[in-house]
Amino acid sequence: MRYDEGVLIAGDRRATSGNLISYRTMQKVFPSDRHSAVAIAGAAGAAVEMVRLFQLQLEHYEKVEGKELSLEGKAAQLSQMLRQNLPAARAGMVVVPLFAGYDLRTNTGRLFQFDISGGRYEELEYGSTGSGSLHAATALKLGYRRDQGRDSAVDLAIEALYVAADEDSATGGPDFIRNLFPIVATVTSAGYVQLEDDEVRERSQSLVDELTSRNTSA
Amino acid sequence: MSTPFYVAPEQVMKDRADYARKGIARGRSLIASTYEDGIVIVAENPSNTLHKVSEIYDRIGFAGVGRYNEFDQLRIQGIRHADLKGFNYSRYDVDALSLANQYAQILGQTFTNEMKPMEVEILVAEIAEDGDDSNQDQFFHILYDGTVFDRDQYAILGGDADAITARLEDGFEARLAVGAAIQQAQAALAGPDRALVAGDLEVAVLARGNGRRTFRRIVEDELAGLVS
Repeated sequence: MRYDEGVLIAGDRRATSGNLISYRTMQKVFPSDRHSAVAIAGAAGAAVEMVRLFQLQLEHYEKVEGKELSLEGKAAQLSQMLRQNLPAARAGMVVVPLFAGYDLRTNTGRLFQFDISGGRYEELEYGSTGSGSLHAATALKLGYRRDQGRDSAVDLAIEALYVAADEDSATGGPDFIRNLFPIVATVTSAGYVQLEDDEVRERSQSLVDELTSRNTSA
Repeated sequence: MSTPFYVAPEQVMKDRADYARKGIARGRSLIASTYEDGIVIVAENPSNTLHKVSEIYDRIGFAGVGRYNEFDQLRIQGIRHADLKGFNYSRYDVDALSLANQYAQILGQTFTNEMKPMEVEILVAEIAEDGDDSNQDQFFHILYDGTVFDRDQYAILGGDADAITARLEDGFEARLAVGAAIQQAQAALAGPDRALVAGDLEVAVLARGNGRRTFRRIVEDELAGLVS
């Protein structure tokens, strides 16, 4: 989602095979280069490989040409990779990423949603992808404020993921027992920064505390 | 039908080498040396856009002298080689030695089999992974005919290399602070009879503590503040 300094991107940690939880420490949010990030949903193997190739393409371009691609250029590159994946997607290996970055030409954070054929749709406020995206998007819709600061954006992202995990069995919530929390990252003019686990744990804890007290006092 | 003149192979090779050396001698030189955080590369290059020094991979830098289009083509091949290897295997498997061998093959092949040798000398420099042991920093200096030299502490490329080496060797200090290391190279490149200013130089470092990608250009105000 966009916020005043740039853009924030967050993802839960759960991977499933059928009804089983197959992996609890999945990374779904990645830096694609210094000023952009990509988040994935869909078939894990294909998605992670796509991210690796995307990272390589951006870095390769930057080294050969001596300058970064524009943000739109990076999004177009990701579109092209999705288009190439279309036959595999039709066979079931669906990958639907989100792309977010800081546009150094306009000095704003921007984000893009995609479809499986490489269609690219810029969002002005927030976007979501994956099995829990419907619930996450509702939470975002209710909580989103234009020009919100970083802290409220982080809280809203954690809340949206919590709401999604609460309704969708394939989305993982904060796991205080194993000390596993969503990956939250910001991209600003200073670049990609992933939040420390401690911060995400504290904010997840205060969300849970608030929800608990709401239920007990009523 | 006319019979071609016989030319001794020795003569062919000598002519090619002379041709390549002449081409290289027309251009300006560059120096790479260790400094406290890694490797600094200082090239005499008045252009801000046509680079002689560039990034190949996380800890590997490239520099070339001679014909621009030829070393730029080598630079791009090197980036492709490194990126592909890092993608197919792992980032740890990309190293300067294998890249230098690859370059030596290309230059050697071109020198023996083509009409025209490449009029370039290139450098592949790599900083050690961590710690501050600059003895592990590597400089591979590759000539137009594919000859590879493994240099220690510093490497000098270009037609004027002998004179510059003599000046740099005189009181050379390894692991200086970045400003002092640039000035040491600047003085050796310039010689006693002329002065080089910031605008005449292209400077980049491979610096430990610079994150995964250690290559960084030093430009404009920062460079002006560091040169003498």
